[in-house]
Amino acid sequence: MTTAVADAHDAHDEHHGPEKGIRRWLFTTNHKDIGTMYLVFSLIMFFVGGAMALVIRSELMQPGLQFVHPEFFNQMTTMHALIMVFGAVMPAFVGLANWMIPMMIGAPDMALPRMNNWSFWILPVAFGLLLATLFMPGGAPASGWTMYPPLVLQTGDAFPFLIFSVHLMGLSSIMGAINIIVTILNMRAPDMWLLKMPMFVWTWLITAYLLIAVMPVLAGAVTMLLTDQFFGTSFFLAAGGGDPVMFQHIFWFFGHPEVYIMILPAFGIVSEIIPTFSRKPLFGHDSMVYAASSIAFLSFIVWAHHMFTVGMPLSGQMFFMFATMLIAVPTGVKVFNWIATMWKGAMTFETPMLFSLGFVFLFTIGGLSGLMLAIAPADIQYHDSYFVVAHFHYVLVPGSIFSLMAAAYYWLPKWTGYMYNETAGKWHFWTSTFFVNLTFFPMHFLGLAGMPRRIPDYSTQFADFNFMASVGAIGFGLSQLIFVYVLLTAKKGEEASDRVWEAPKGLEWTVPSPAPYHTFDTPPVKRVHEEAFE
Amino acid sequence: MGATTVNNLMLRKLFLSLLGLGWASAASADWAINMPRGITELSQETFDLHMMVFWWCVAIGVVVFGVMIYSLLKHRKSKGAEAAQFSHSTTAEVVWTIIPVIILLIMAVPAAETMIKLEDSRDPDLTVVVTGYQWKWHYKYQDQDIDYYSTLAMPSLKARFKDSGADVFDVDNYLLDVDRPLVVPKGKKVRLLLTANDVIHSWWVPDLAIKKDAIPGMVNETWFRALETGTFRGQCAELCGKDHGYMPIVVEVVEEDAFQAWLDTQSEGSAQLAQAEN
Repeated sequence: MTTAVADAHDAHDEHHGPEKGIRRWLFTTNHKDIGTMYLVFSLIMFFVGGAMALVIRSELMQPGLQFVHPEFFNQMTTMHALIMVFGAVMPAFVGLANWMIPMMIGAPDMALPRMNNWSFWILPVAFGLLLATLFMPGGAPASGWTMYPPLVLQTGDAFPFLIFSVHLMGLSSIMGAINIIVTILNMRAPDMWLLKMPMFVWTWLITAYLLIAVMPVLAGAVTMLLTDQFFGTSFFLAAGGGDPVMFQHIFWFFGHPEVYIMILPAFGIVSEIIPTFSRKPLFGHDSMVYAASSIAFLSFIVWAHHMFTVGMPLSGQMFFMFATMLIAVPTGVKVFNWIATMWKGAMTFETPMLFSLGFVFLFTIGGLSGLMLAIAPADIQYHDSYFVVAHFHYVLVPGSIFSLMAAAYYWLPKWTGYMYNETAGKWHFWTSTFFVNLTFFPMHFLGLAGMPRRIPDYSTQFADFNFMASVGAIGFGLSQLIFVYVLLTAKKGEEASDRVWEAPKGLEWTVPSPAPYHTFDTPPVKRVHEEAFE
Repeated sequence: MGATTVNNLMLRKLFLSLLGLGWASAASADWAINMPRGITELSQETFDLHMMVFWWCVAIGVVVFGVMIYSLLKHRKSKGAEAAQFSHSTTAEVVWTIIPVIILLIMAVPAAETMIKLEDSRDPDLTVVVTGYQWKWHYKYQDQDIDYYSTLAMPSLKARFKDSGADVFDVDNYLLDVDRPLVVPKGKKVRLLLTANDVIHSWWVPDLAIKKDAIPGMVNETWFRALETGTFRGQCAELCGKDHGYMPIVVEVVEEDAFQAWLDTQSEGSAQLAQAEN
């Protein structure tokens, strides 16, 4: 059956193969091409943002100011965050969604292919503008990625470019999210009803709703900054009757769901990978769906836990503390379900599995420090210290980034048709894991001992842990070069079979490796579909 | 410290870091790895809360990681494990939903109690208005006609710049020292009213367990009662521009009579200054 489908596709390819040269990429409406562009773009941004992180860590390696001025240091922390959040992590997940969702639900392409092209090509423009600010009078934005007024209004010529690039990123995300929702809701194979969808598709469906809900809020907030700066409004200026704290409420109403935008697809990825390498079905598929939905819902009512020090009424602080603590319950369900999936399985430890296990371990550490942060009186001590830096890097680096690495290794043979270099992959995992912990674990101690975040220089009692963190960061950065090596040699390995792994589930494994340019021109019949999930 | 010693120290730290054994290094005697217990009743309560949640997290971690590691060791294909095919267990799912809820309730009660006390700034003995500026603090004793700026102390200021040539390890309390500290009496309830003149700052002294944003156009309120005398240091905690890292906070807690004596010298000083200005 699979072969028959494949043959049909091959025949088709001759008529509608990709165009040649640059036109293929500029004008493509093919979900695989667009997915590839998203992934390559996010990898480039990962290295650009990573280079900025290394500027930060080099300066912080020792107390005293060695390499950069404080102004530039602040530009680096700001740009590092904006680029990693909007340029690396989010587009990488959208790239995976583009590549995999149509193949996982048996659709021929995304529902809105021209918009798909557009939502990608906005991104290089957005980040071109953002990076150009580094060369403008007054330098790049330096007020932190949270852009709190009034400080952000002190940005130089870069200010309108910052706002416009954030608008563009939001536009791209919203279009991507609409496309994903329409695709999932309308283009599933016959008989793939909602609760039968693979977990990655589910978590992306929920994520896409979050994006549509909150990206316009961010756009509104930055537009108000723009009018405060240029058109004499006072939304956030106390002198004109405005309220600087209002910006923080609006920003975090976007910002907290944003956190889950960056982790829910990661949950989906490891929920695909752990069953494959445990040779067991995912434990509690439906409860995973309910847990992800609960997390998404709760993410809208916890935003002010980022603001326990701004002076809120007691009742407000209580509400946000309790609501935040509640998130631990569905998140716990996720972790327990992954462990129950491994339990009594027959596990093997290929690179995707290693990165997924690293994810479960280290994300859980980040989750536990998150629980500590939920406790409002203690949060008053942790807030804006390196403890917070440690916490969110634990959930974002060995969380989101590790899941992306896991996904890349897991589906790479399906994309290229060849097995990647497993030895290099394992080295990539072990070095990354060692160095990510060396970088971020000491930061917990720094924060508890009283080191604030976003400072270019620090008192000498913080010297040793900072040194460790800097060594770790350089090591982590170098480890990622192994990944580049894996990608460059991706087509040098053995040819991959259609199923690639021993027992993967899902429709994407029923098409040939490499996946032909067009897949599922006709929806898979029920039998293929059921075989795929056996 | 000569160049050779610095290099040796660097190599040694590098080596230890690579081993992940940095904490065994004797390079600096003064390393804190935990939150200070602090010197107020509430800072100690906060510390206890922090430790309680921390130990709960350790306990949860031991159980979760324990089960996971056991599974990783036992249920591997290379050990000949055969994969079971179960994918549901309502009992298990109910249990691991309810147990976390119970643990959360155990944490929530003391947290809420401390929260309520933190917000109770009634009946202060002394009120100080704290104003954040780019990049210094201003203190005004509300009923005493005393006010002054508090800025980074000269030794740190000289050493802080790139190519200053100074070894910051030779500067006492590098970046954590000011020219004029906030002076408060021991055992008295001190209320702080915080605001800012330009952008948002945040007044943080870990030993007092106080971190409160100083926001332009708004007045925030917090309080503490120091139970010990001594010098306690902190920093601005909200990014406030290029010299955000250079506006430390020093609180000097003194006995009450010493505080009165200090007040007297200060108000004389202000009176003279006022006269001179006239």
